[in-house]
Amino acid sequence: MRRALPEALLAAMLTAVLAVPIFGLRIHVDGIDVSLDRTPTPVVVAVVIVFLLRLFQGPLRAAWARARPPAAWRNPLADVLRRTRQQPRYRTLLWMLLLIAAVIWPFTASRGAVDVVTLALIYVMLGLGLNIVVGFAGLLVLGYAAFYAVGAYTYALLAQHYGLSFWLSLPVAGVLAALTGFLLGLPVLRLRGDYLAIVTLGFGEITRLLLNNLNVLTGGPDGIGNIPRPTLFGLEFGRRASEGNATFHEFFGIDYSGEHAVIFLYLLGLALVVLILFVINRLQRMPLGRAWEALREDEIACRSLGLNPTVIKLSALTLSAAFAGLAGAFFAARQGYINPESFTFIESAMVLAIVVLGGMGSQLGVMLAAIAITALPELAREFNEYRMLAFGLVMVLMMIWRPQGLVPATRPRLELPERAEPTP
Amino acid sequence: MNRAPDQAPTAEPAASPLLEVRDLSMRFGGLLAVDNVNFDVRRDQIFAIIGPNGAGKTTVFNCVGGFYRPTSGSVTLDGQPIHRLSSHRIARLGLVRTFQNVRLFKTMTVVENLLVSQHTQLETRLLPGLFKTPKYRRAETEALERAAFWLDKVGLLQVANREAGNLAYGQQRRLEIARCMITHPKLLMLDEPAAGLNPQETRDLDLLINNLRAEHGVAVLLIEHDMSLVMGISDDILVMEYGRPIATGTPDEIRGDPRVIKAYLGEE
Repeated sequence: MRRALPEALLAAMLTAVLAVPIFGLRIHVDGIDVSLDRTPTPVVVAVVIVFLLRLFQGPLRAAWARARPPAAWRNPLADVLRRTRQQPRYRTLLWMLLLIAAVIWPFTASRGAVDVVTLALIYVMLGLGLNIVVGFAGLLVLGYAAFYAVGAYTYALLAQHYGLSFWLSLPVAGVLAALTGFLLGLPVLRLRGDYLAIVTLGFGEITRLLLNNLNVLTGGPDGIGNIPRPTLFGLEFGRRASEGNATFHEFFGIDYSGEHAVIFLYLLGLALVVLILFVINRLQRMPLGRAWEALREDEIACRSLGLNPTVIKLSALTLSAAFAGLAGAFFAARQGYINPESFTFIESAMVLAIVVLGGMGSQLGVMLAAIAITALPELAREFNEYRMLAFGLVMVLMMIWRPQGLVPATRPRLELPERAEPTP
Repeated sequence: MNRAPDQAPTAEPAASPLLEVRDLSMRFGGLLAVDNVNFDVRRDQIFAIIGPNGAGKTTVFNCVGGFYRPTSGSVTLDGQPIHRLSSHRIARLGLVRTFQNVRLFKTMTVVENLLVSQHTQLETRLLPGLFKTPKYRRAETEALERAAFWLDKVGLLQVANREAGNLAYGQQRRLEIARCMITHPKLLMLDEPAAGLNPQETRDLDLLINNLRAEHGVAVLLIEHDMSLVMGISDDILVMEYGRPIATGTPDEIRGDPRVIKAYLGEE
């Protein structure tokens, strides 16, 4: 207790210093008058909380240790996960149930909720894609938004200039983004660790600046608008069809509802996520996926066995970029309007945070983190100003308590069958 | 076995050596780590490099394997100069190595380690794997069978599905050798394979190396400090000190060489 008092005082002082600029001052704009309001209450509350917590740290810890729930129901989710991992049959069953729930859900939920989750699905795609380079191959890429932008602008431009439909543009967007990844990777993947991160960071910024300043092609900061929504085999989801087309509600003889379009977009996003999940799951079990893992573990050993590290890294970056391209095209179709502001560094950082929070290399973790990071702020809009603060706090806490992420990655392991006949 | 065409045994006269190292030097700034080393490794030969710590043995390995680019000199494998190739190209030509501090893929299972090392022989294209074509499935099954064969050979079949990092040290060493052998090398380079092994394991290693040469026709180049092992299995020995070769010859010649005795025991 005697030692705790000065420590607590020091901690309280530090809190005061940190909290004053964040909570204690508020810019007040009244017409052209800008003044600084002092709001001392939150600062005092924060200081008192920190002071008390530090002061009674010892007793609190002891109480916490005593009050700990038994291991079995402390983390029921982890328990279920462990069991499903051991039983592949339950695992498929669990995924199937999740998928069925995800398909049925939009018909019961509100329009707004479906819209928010559709946005979350875009981040799921991005997270899963970035997970390939960061989680599997162990390469830190900080300019992921660039590939996302390539996908989005590909669809927007193709639709604007050539009237290409979403379905035709989608593969083109994926291929072009993949090509961008390939061309970037060719010179850059010889670099290691930090250098790669810096170069990709630069690439992301260059792409954004190009989009901003290449007025002739991209419309500059104004972006591109009137991007057509995706159609269902040519059926549009508007109230009235454009020339020569039919609408969804007329074709099926039901009343028009704005919800149809929202639900359709959601299901489309879900289908893309399932496609990406399928591809990644196969890849993990393929020689290529194994080579990514091996390369992350030990590049020198890989080289000594004849694996070409550049080719393997390049394949990871190319595939990852392709998925970002698909997500980008879908994003453009959902928004109907894009501009360079959607592809800033914050976007790249956000996707990276999703991968790190979810657990590098873990599909389920990345999906949960993507939904948490995109959907939660939408649900609690009144706390919007503290969003970045909460975000930082979550990151720090995660690094302390769960550096391996929400759902730590487990790799599908290739097992040698019991009765494998040793043949030369 | 589906050997790549460039791995097929060539019908060259047996007299030409498998590996020729000529005037090899490696300089790190002011330090001449390897100074003018020459040696030949013949087919089916077990060749050892010995010398006190810091003599430059591992540097020779790194130059031969393409991990360093030698400052001067040439290295020829099967008549083809390799000293300018990158290490993975050299490995594909049939020269693979183990490492002084075992370098396994620790979080992967034992059998996965052997699958990764077969990468260059497998169906690695994207689409066949995504759609699991019959050819792809067959290649994967064969790879597993080959892995089982080599695990049986080095006595690790029981632990095939364990994580490689959790194996006992001696088992890790044997796995590393199996991982090399599954690529059908012409020349196997072992960097201190007996380091950290107990006497029984060292005797097993002796048998294993001899067996690899007899049954799989691989030449072996090894660095080793365990003199009983080196003297027992080597056909020829190169002794190095301070980066310079000081003697070459059969084990008997080396044992009696005054320069070697001086290098190891110091001057009287």
